[in-house]
Amino acid sequence: MLISKLKVIKSHGKQFIPNLHKVTLTQRFRGRPIIADSVDTETIENLVNLCPMEAISREPLAIDLGKCLFCGECQFQYPNTIQFSNDYRIAASKRQDLIVTAQNKDVIEFDHQYVQKYITKYFGRSLKLRQVCAGGDNSCEMELNASMNVNFDFSRYGIEFVASPRHADGIVITGPITNSMAAPLQMCYEAMAEPKIIIVVGTDAISGGVFANSKAINREFLNINRPDLWIPGNPVHPMSFIEGVLALLGKAKRDAKNE
Amino acid sequence: MSWMRLKNSDNEVNIDEIPSIDYHEFYQNVVEMLAVENFHIADYFGYTTNNGLKLIAIILDDLNAEVLIASHLYHYYCEDSIISITAKCEALHPFERDITERYGIVFKDNPWNKPLRFLPNRFDKSLIIENYPFYQISGETLHEVNVGPIHAGIIEPGAFRFTCNGEKVLHLEVALGYQHRGVEEAMCSTNSSLRQNIIAESIAGDSAVSNAFAFTTIIEKLTINKNNISPQLNIQRVIAQELERVAMHIADTGALCGDIGYQLGQVACEALRTVTINTTQAWCGNRFGKNLIRPWGSNFPLNREIVSEIKNNMSDVLRRYDEVRQNIKNTPSVIARFEACGTVDRNIALHIGAVGVCAKASGVMRDIRKTHPYAEYKNIDHKPIVKTYGDVMSRLTIRCREVIQSIEYVLDLIAKVKFDDTITPPIYNTKLKPNTLAFSFVEGWRGEIAHTAITDENGSICCYKVKDPSIHNWLALSLAVRDEGISDFPICNKSFSLSYCGHDL
Repeated sequence: MLISKLKVIKSHGKQFIPNLHKVTLTQRFRGRPIIADSVDTETIENLVNLCPMEAISREPLAIDLGKCLFCGECQFQYPNTIQFSNDYRIAASKRQDLIVTAQNKDVIEFDHQYVQKYITKYFGRSLKLRQVCAGGDNSCEMELNASMNVNFDFSRYGIEFVASPRHADGIVITGPITNSMAAPLQMCYEAMAEPKIIIVVGTDAISGGVFANSKAINREFLNINRPDLWIPGNPVHPMSFIEGVLALLGKAKRDAKNE
Repeated sequence: MSWMRLKNSDNEVNIDEIPSIDYHEFYQNVVEMLAVENFHIADYFGYTTNNGLKLIAIILDDLNAEVLIASHLYHYYCEDSIISITAKCEALHPFERDITERYGIVFKDNPWNKPLRFLPNRFDKSLIIENYPFYQISGETLHEVNVGPIHAGIIEPGAFRFTCNGEKVLHLEVALGYQHRGVEEAMCSTNSSLRQNIIAESIAGDSAVSNAFAFTTIIEKLTINKNNISPQLNIQRVIAQELERVAMHIADTGALCGDIGYQLGQVACEALRTVTINTTQAWCGNRFGKNLIRPWGSNFPLNREIVSEIKNNMSDVLRRYDEVRQNIKNTPSVIARFEACGTVDRNIALHIGAVGVCAKASGVMRDIRKTHPYAEYKNIDHKPIVKTYGDVMSRLTIRCREVIQSIEYVLDLIAKVKFDDTITPPIYNTKLKPNTLAFSFVEGWRGEIAHTAITDENGSICCYKVKDPSIHNWLALSLAVRDEGISDFPICNKSFSLSYCGHDL
């Protein structure tokens, strides 16, 4: 019994990532897209028609990461125009910052000015979050769990998921918000003490994703409340989540160099 | 019996060729077949035609590897009520409830006539999810415990109502529908197979590969000018599916250990799952294998570098996971919690039509890879792992052994990858045959996933049906916790590890 435990411990070794600011993901990971300058109109038309999520728009050519499901089809068919980089730093404080153009060659700027002033002051050293899955497909939920696991260990920053909204400083929403979850979501949010923040995780939560036109979803919650952080992804990679929350708290600075 | 007999790998069928029989015969046939062990219901749904509602049943014959299909046309002005099959075969309850909910057809004597998903276009809109009619038992010593729809952890929503006698659970009823997003409707609202492929991947994000596999198989069956699927593509899809199985079984092993406060098992499995899904990510850029499976081809052919990464990582996971597995078996305090807890006996598993890990743990061999092989599984001599006790430990043991087995399959298959065979890019705009039905059964890590599609006269998909294994197995959870302490509910629940979004669609 003891020997079998020691074997597991020995093989397990140390698993945590020592510095979460210096993580580089695999080359094939699709994060921030890089869009070429001066693309001819025919290619732009083709790209707009190609995108199954209607995430690509013209004048100027742009990809809305709040709608993009990172299928990469535009990259495969027009590799000279669009390339997804492995830069996972794609969270934004403003919804419109998720619209990436040819100007975002190196980085998606995080607008710290737009962040409510009290967030850093109150939550900078301790942030307790309550997650509500409102129609999520269980991939974003698993990635949020993974951000707390032995590898990523996000709780090293005093950031944790809690069971009760009464203990929470913020709500993390995944999924397109189904009709049946609209009321429980609102109730959960109301049960939290002020001040509180809203983090929207995953493309389907940000825009409804592939279910944006479904009759089974009700996105009223996001119309009446102001989210503080938008994190795109299908699902959101734990590093996108971690970096996004740290950026919101003013603990991660984005610059172009760490690719 | 006039049922059409097909194979899982058989091609599409014209919708008019499906035998239409009168309800009495339909009822008799289904009841007779499902009384025999080697038959089980795979799907049963309604499909609107000009003449009325066509009820189509698909039954799998595991012994002869056959798919049996027949239909009954229910005329809109039909006055006769049709008799519920659920009363004889519990396995049909979700399907009859779905038909009643959608079309308002009430099955006579249905013992469990409750809404299934609370669809926005349900027939009776007076039924709302907040007033779900939970079964109630009264008595001085009884109390009720309500859990959900929002649960304590980071997990999907669903409402659980326990009726307890002291600490013991007398009855549990699970009310789902909170996750309903309109998957089947979304599938029919577009003609782009790329978009449909993406929708299929979000049926259940943890089974993205399996659902995409089932979807692409259907599109490939329905296409008019068929290309050939290269054997290499089939091998790659099966590798992807087995990697998904490995990752999710490891995740569940870890979660079960976590639920009993056995931290070593939990953290070791968390790390091993990370290695496994990062392997998938190195291959296709997504940790859940989304975007990897596409019709007719792939954007992510296996190159030498990825193959050697899969080989190294999987050999490492195999060794380390085996140590965890041995350690679980050698730790009495772990076994004490898992053994003889949450038992589903063989008869119950057969009655409710259990599939996948749940069925195999109770001694019922239901594994599409063996009984109705598809793609590369036809060339694999798959030996399903079957246990007999039906408790939490049996379900855990099956997961443990399937991880080892699946890694062995991956390592065998990876040796067969030929680098010189080019895999073509996917094709999305193929023309589909009109008025045709195609089905596809794959064995996801939870169990059997069934997809069925019907095209209209223009060759557009007008009816798309998805059956997640959870549809059958949620009832098993309710029955497993009877007479258990309510504190054992988390490990019972985790040992089934069922899907909410796969059920609600």
